[in-house]
Amino acid sequence: MSERRCSPEDDCSSLLSRLGSDSPRPRMKYGGMFCNVEGAFENKTLNFESLGLRPQRCQATCTHSRDGGHAARRGHTSGHTRENCGKREGDRLIIKGGKIVNDDQSFYADIYIEDGTIKQIGENLIVPPGVKTVDAYGQLVIPGGIDANTNLYSPQKGLNPADDFYQGTRAALSGGTTTIMDHVLVEPGTSLLTAFDQWKDAAEQRACCDFSLHVDITRWHEGLYEELETLVKDKGVNSFLFFMAYKDKYQSSDSQLYEAFSVLRDLGAIAQVHAENGDIIDEEQKKLLCLGITGPEGHVISHSEEVETEAVYRAITIAKQSNCPLYITKVMSKSAADVIAKARKKGMVVYGEPITAGLATDGSHYWSKDWAIAAAFVTSPPLNPDPSTPQYLTSLLACGDLQVTSSAQASFSTAQKAVGKDNFTSIPEGTNGIEERMSVVWDRAVATGMMDENEFVAVTSTNAAKLFSMYPRKGRIAVGSDADIVIWNPKETRIVSANTHNLNLEVNIFEGLEFRGVASVVISGGRVLLEDGKLNVTEGSGRFIPRKAFPDIVYKRIKARSKMAETRGVPRGNYDGPVHDVISMTKSVPPTPTTRGPPCPKNLTGPRNLHQSGFTLAGTQIDDHIPRRSTQRIVAPPGGRSNITSLS
Amino acid sequence: MSDCRRQWNREDELPVYLAGPITTGPNQRKTYGMFSSVEGAFESKTIDFENYAVGRKGSRTPRSGSRERLLDTGDPISKTPSEARESSLNGSPGERNELPHLRLSHAAPTRNCTPKKGDSSERLLIKGGRVVNDDQSFYADVYIEDGLIKQVGENLVVPEGVKVIEANGRMVIPGGIDVNTCLMKSYLGTQPVDDFFQGTKAALAGGTTMIIDHVAPQPGDSLLEAFERWQEAADKKACCDYSLHVDIPQWNENVKDELELLVQDKGINSFQVYMAYKDVYQMTDSELYEAFSFLKQLGAVVLVHAENGDLIAQEQQKILGMGITGPEGHPLSRPEELEAEAVFRAITLGNRVNCPVYITKVMSKSAADTITQARRKGSVVFGEPITASLATDGSHYWSKNWAKAAAYVTSPPLSPDQTTPDHLHTLLACGDLQVVGSSHCAYSTSQKAIGKDDFTLIPEGINGVEERMGFVWEKAVAMGKMDENQFVAVTSTNAAKIFNLYPRKGRIAAGSDADIVIWDPDSVKTITAKLQQSAAEYNIFEGLECRGGPVLVLIQGQVVYEEGKLHAQQGTGRFIPRKPFPDYAYQRVKFRNEVKRKQGVTRGIYDGPVYDVAPTPKYITPSPSAKTSPTSHQPPPIRNLHQSNFSLSGAQIDDNIPRRSGHRIVAPPGGRSNITSLG
Repeated sequence: MSERRCSPEDDCSSLLSRLGSDSPRPRMKYGGMFCNVEGAFENKTLNFESLGLRPQRCQATCTHSRDGGHAARRGHTSGHTRENCGKREGDRLIIKGGKIVNDDQSFYADIYIEDGTIKQIGENLIVPPGVKTVDAYGQLVIPGGIDANTNLYSPQKGLNPADDFYQGTRAALSGGTTTIMDHVLVEPGTSLLTAFDQWKDAAEQRACCDFSLHVDITRWHEGLYEELETLVKDKGVNSFLFFMAYKDKYQSSDSQLYEAFSVLRDLGAIAQVHAENGDIIDEEQKKLLCLGITGPEGHVISHSEEVETEAVYRAITIAKQSNCPLYITKVMSKSAADVIAKARKKGMVVYGEPITAGLATDGSHYWSKDWAIAAAFVTSPPLNPDPSTPQYLTSLLACGDLQVTSSAQASFSTAQKAVGKDNFTSIPEGTNGIEERMSVVWDRAVATGMMDENEFVAVTSTNAAKLFSMYPRKGRIAVGSDADIVIWNPKETRIVSANTHNLNLEVNIFEGLEFRGVASVVISGGRVLLEDGKLNVTEGSGRFIPRKAFPDIVYKRIKARSKMAETRGVPRGNYDGPVHDVISMTKSVPPTPTTRGPPCPKNLTGPRNLHQSGFTLAGTQIDDHIPRRSTQRIVAPPGGRSNITSLS
Repeated sequence: MSDCRRQWNREDELPVYLAGPITTGPNQRKTYGMFSSVEGAFESKTIDFENYAVGRKGSRTPRSGSRERLLDTGDPISKTPSEARESSLNGSPGERNELPHLRLSHAAPTRNCTPKKGDSSERLLIKGGRVVNDDQSFYADVYIEDGLIKQVGENLVVPEGVKVIEANGRMVIPGGIDVNTCLMKSYLGTQPVDDFFQGTKAALAGGTTMIIDHVAPQPGDSLLEAFERWQEAADKKACCDYSLHVDIPQWNENVKDELELLVQDKGINSFQVYMAYKDVYQMTDSELYEAFSFLKQLGAVVLVHAENGDLIAQEQQKILGMGITGPEGHPLSRPEELEAEAVFRAITLGNRVNCPVYITKVMSKSAADTITQARRKGSVVFGEPITASLATDGSHYWSKNWAKAAAYVTSPPLSPDQTTPDHLHTLLACGDLQVVGSSHCAYSTSQKAIGKDDFTLIPEGINGVEERMGFVWEKAVAMGKMDENQFVAVTSTNAAKIFNLYPRKGRIAAGSDADIVIWDPDSVKTITAKLQQSAAEYNIFEGLECRGGPVLVLIQGQVVYEEGKLHAQQGTGRFIPRKPFPDYAYQRVKFRNEVKRKQGVTRGIYDGPVYDVAPTPKYITPSPSAKTSPTSHQPPPIRNLHQSNFSLSGAQIDDNIPRRSGHRIVAPPGGRSNITSLG
């Protein structure tokens, strides 16, 4: 059963195509109290027709590819894994007796899966014989989690993460996450496309679950426009991250952000920002190092909460000005979350993403006496030392002010972290969390009664799918969606430990914490990968999920606003009164708006003031004490006169 | 009884006048009437002069110094008054006299004074007024001598033949302090039409007896020279006392030395930095951080012009590109979000550095709210709305009359939201905003017309120094939002406290300067450019009605405005030096410094394995500033130094293996060199 291995682009459309196809399939009565009409569930809340943008075209391509074009396409990229994925048990599966939980409703029904997609939902399904049955009695059947922020491949300071796509996705699957969205870190000066291809290749070879990619733009200049356009239109990337921190390395100025956001809006992509004020951090780091603070506690002291809040506020302002949707990665503090919540109340299109670590633990560990533990917590923005932060973020998540949970997984081993043992600024940043994410949310939010199970599905999966244009393929249990399904056991608990986790890391920042809620069965792409505590993954089985531009949930409002926002001048008669004459009307604004974009070296004007003439006399002059008047008031006579007439 | 009083009077005159009432130990207490049963009760209750001893002494010594300096200049215009004042210092206190120059313009001297030039000292008694300070109001007489308030109380025992001003129950308030004027700020070489003479005249007519003007040097200019230029001009022309803020146009090492000099020797304790005006004055966050840190060490107050210059520059381009060139482009390119954002950022910087921040020109609701919230969280931040933002709104930018629309151009712009003035008044009344300025900077229409084809070239500035007090009264006190004490606080006392002028200015108390206004809450006038003192031909408040206004204004004990007539004398204004570390702003900061001291964790030395970093050159952009172009030198190549340039063309055999640029090398106990194992 290698149907699902057909080429990624086509594969995606094949799923969508069926959803929006014109010819209605014959309806069957299935009985059952929750589903008396087949297809009732999905159609109630989703209008598939409106979601599938290009149903007709896809129909053609995908039927073709399903006929057999799949093997060839896949063959040359990862030949060695093909045998593995070709022979797979779960081509036909039925999940029985579970309670299906989507973001809008829960109901009891069975699910029939074929070819990696969900074919039927209902009770008493009529299925072919010989189908494998997964028993989900007493458990929840939820859409597989989507981790919207991982860094499994981006090097920091020349160090590669200890957990790459294979280890990382393996851990993700064991925690109930079936799709990751990894960040392509494009070093300044390299081509976006090259970096993207590099990431995609690496992930296709190594990843065990479906993945999609964000692209991090570390140095914005206008020359990137074409690459961006290609990425958005041809490569299926619709989200780009910008850094407001990491001064002199990745940091973008406000002007650059404004320009970039304007471009992204036109392309229909989502702007993400790493929001911290790099300038202040840089100064504080210098100060702290001078004070002799070199341990990991310096990290949290220099990256204070306010610095994060300020940048969030600024990012929102810039996004508002450029009318671009904004997604704040890694919301780590109460005040930053508040700023987002307030902006949303004012109608801003902004989304906030707390991460596993921020929801489960706090920043008190930076002061740990054990350097290795303290260093393991180093990430930016840092965990907040305020112990009430996790609960606060959870409550905002529950009420919808924050939307997506991710892990910001970037694991560096203790030996790698030790690069910064004498200087906290050199510690590679990143925490784990990819495996624990779903459990943390369940334990902290659902088990405590802050959130219901539907909201749980929304924040761990559906919202991310909607924001990043993967819905309803991902993030929903509905006929036609990908068979990325997790059977969630809310009663079971597990204790996190570095000894038992699926990562290479030797320190787990959640060490010893007990979380209620565990994924008991994980199905990705129609295959059962986790069952009875046994993880059975295949390297390279993950597919790239392309995402189209202009996600509806984000861009509907943006589109309406750009129509509204057209400003008009006031038609006036020409001013014909007197005009004060000014010597040297040189405008001092340099021609290039981008201040740091390298490809525009024109603005090397230096700090010279162009308002003033360069003419000076050496030494003291006789009229030094008289304040300078460089011009005279000249009232223009009716006939007009040239500007050069009287130079005092 | 009267003997006794006189005796006390003579005895205590000197100490009261020189060192404040407390310094000489317990005075003999006397009963003085229903509001002041105990002599000295008023001033001692709310002000402890001893607390302010530093400020007092400080302000006292330089004052006499400034007087001398003023004389030294030998400026012909200020000759008469300065002579008069000089003599008043030395003149025997027993002699009573009217100041001759004052009476010159009067119809006739009311008393049988002998107008002797040379030894005259003004003695005045304001009788029957209600003294309004920021903390309380009470009926009392005020006795003034030598330009200072000598006594406040009822049934004062005063020398004979003192000129008496009958206040008839009207309010006697400390003269207003306008903390934000730009009377000499040139734009493209043109000076505002209101210079120090015109501007201070207008101030006096509105009940403002002191201004703090902005010294605005251009980038590259010496701050010190600019300061001296300003001081010189003001000494010659100003009709009321003045002090100066210094704007810092750019941040560099030279500036630091000058700042130190200005604070320590010149009596400047407030400096303005800009977050707007990209490529001209704008500072990056790094520079702001440094500037804040430095100014905090000096004990100065940081004034911030808060607008996001980067975004403004972008918006201006966009709007010019759309073909909008009129003044409406100005507010369109500077939406209030940009102001609020910058205010937020400035406060964040202030908090990080632990330094008091003063936001000049709060023009929008959201900026004011940001300040309010920060104050709730304990930030030391002050906000200054201006006359224009309190009295009018930005709808006029869309006026069909270009000249009118251009007259409103200032930055941050007036908010087009018509509820803004009301909101700002509410915050002012409840103390979330503290000071009312005017940002008076008057350009004539022909000067504004420099930008007739491009709104970015319109010189920015509006009037308001004359109308300031009146509109606060009209919109806040007369509406019942604010009481008269708060009125005094926001128009005068708070400013005096923040900028370390208190209690010399901003209060009616024995020992304070005799800058006094008798305020009539019922007078009504309609603002019009025809009747204003300012030289500008347009008044942005044209046609607005304003209740409340000064009846009589005293400066240094001299009547300069009475019943609509102005007797201001050019050059009578003195420069008032200000000490650093104003208590009002810095007391909290000092304690926070103590509390916030940072400490590291003492740990054993990490002795585990250390990953060996591939010898990649550190990626550091040479320029420290990322925000403004003048200082940023672009790194010419955009080469990625992390990646080797070495490449092989075509597909390689190991293409499918992800690259690993570093190796894990566990350091053996004996240690080993870094170069041992490459590849």
